Amino acid sequence: MIEISNLHKSFGDNHVLAGIDLSMAKGESMVIIGGSGTGKSVLLKSVLGLITPDSGTILVNGKDATAGDRDAFLAQFGMLFQGGALFDSLSVWQNVAFRLMRGEQKLHKDKAREIAIEKLRRVGLKANVADRFPAELSGGMQKRVGLARAIAAEPDIIFFDEPTTGLDPIMSGVINELIREIVVEMGATAMTITHDMSSVRAIADKVAMIHDGIVQWTGPIDQLETSGNPYLDQFLNGRAEGPIEAVR
Amino acid sequence: MDIFLTPFAAIGAATLAILASIGRVVMYAAQTFMHIFRPPFYPRELAAQLLHIGYFSLPVVGLTAIFTGAALALQIYAGGARFNAEAVVPQIVAVGMVRELGPVLVGLMIAARVTSSIAAEIATMKVTEQLDALVTLSTHPMKYLTVPRVLAALIVVPMLVAVGDTIGIMGGYLVATGRLGFNEAAYLQNTYNFLEIMDVVSSLVKGAAFGVIAAMMGCYYGMQSERGAQGVGKATKTSVVAASVLILAANYILTEAFFSA
Repeated sequence: MIEISNLHKSFGDNHVLAGIDLSMAKGESMVIIGGSGTGKSVLLKSVLGLITPDSGTILVNGKDATAGDRDAFLAQFGMLFQGGALFDSLSVWQNVAFRLMRGEQKLHKDKAREIAIEKLRRVGLKANVADRFPAELSGGMQKRVGLARAIAAEPDIIFFDEPTTGLDPIMSGVINELIREIVVEMGATAMTITHDMSSVRAIADKVAMIHDGIVQWTGPIDQLETSGNPYLDQFLNGRAEGPIEAVR
Repeated sequence: MDIFLTPFAAIGAATLAILASIGRVVMYAAQTFMHIFRPPFYPRELAAQLLHIGYFSLPVVGLTAIFTGAALALQIYAGGARFNAEAVVPQIVAVGMVRELGPVLVGLMIAARVTSSIAAEIATMKVTEQLDALVTLSTHPMKYLTVPRVLAALIVVPMLVAVGDTIGIMGGYLVATGRLGFNEAAYLQNTYNFLEIMDVVSSLVKGAAFGVIAAMMGCYYGMQSERGAQGVGKATKTSVVAASVLILAANYILTEAFFSA
């Protein structure tokens, strides 16, 4: 489904991605973990074309992600942004239905609103939220609206960028469960980046750990605790001592 | 040797930076104009911007114009009295407002009110990843944000200039007839007789140019914004400064084009 080979990206002297190799099968939920500033977001944005990599290849369904029709390519994706990235000037339902009301598959306003309300219900929000504006919602509700927007057009691939950042543990658990349920019922391929281990355990089929610009370890979730990888062990146990340098 | 070369290196680096900056703005403007004619179009966004840039700017334009026209009448009367030319107040107020002060003041007011608001809004959208979200939703930020704003400014700022010119002339009329003893009918007749069609055309063309500059600078610096609150503040400040300077420079160039002997 997604094949990333030898991906490099630098910002000045900072080599954020130094040869990432990663592959994801269709319907798989991959969670990418790593410390802050290790290039997880850069990797995700490179796949979407929001950042242009210096070198390397990204294949989605066997096709080069940087070539061909951008709109058709992006139509396969849904994305939940870290801060929600909801459009302030639009109401909640207009945010959710944004893609549905544009492009070649454009739906009538009434139909788009109906689907938006259905998606809002799916993420646990009532229909009366539909006409409110993002600024009137709590952080947890904004995440849910972002999730509803990401799944509104029923994409094949969904990206989650730090889905639980800024939420309390209970709300984090709720969002994690929602993500897992939705990914399974849609049969979508999911890529999540996080450093929240509760998200990893709730969402992942497969885990990849990034450090120093490369994938240090990748494997199924049930091998997470027994990998023997020093980078992964240090990260999982939150130790300051180990191969990952921790500045005090 | 380095001591002698350092100032030249600094001048060279600054010159290159300025030229690169001009190049980026020109490329951005060229891309914007190309996108104006290519679908998809966003009429709802355009309508919202017509209202925001046009209708909601009317109070500030009206207030600026009326006080400027009134002060202009007083100045011309006092200045004209030095060589017994007090009677030229209607003509000079009309020419001054229509050719110069109307479009320039409206342009600067739009730079203050609209450019700053566009830059702050788009910069905040960038900082909060809303621009990235637009892209992932298959929507080109330039088509969705820049084109409606630039097009709306191109359409409504000439109208605002026409309103500003008229209200400015009325400001002069009120002072001249109320305080300086001018006859009402003769003042309006003199104003009407003295103005030429080219005065009005130049005023409206300047308005269109200044509107495009104001909206373009807001969008450009908003999209170039750096991270954080400081990035948004810097984008807003730079956009207003750039728009104001470019409006004054464009005013000189257009005045040369229309009225040089």
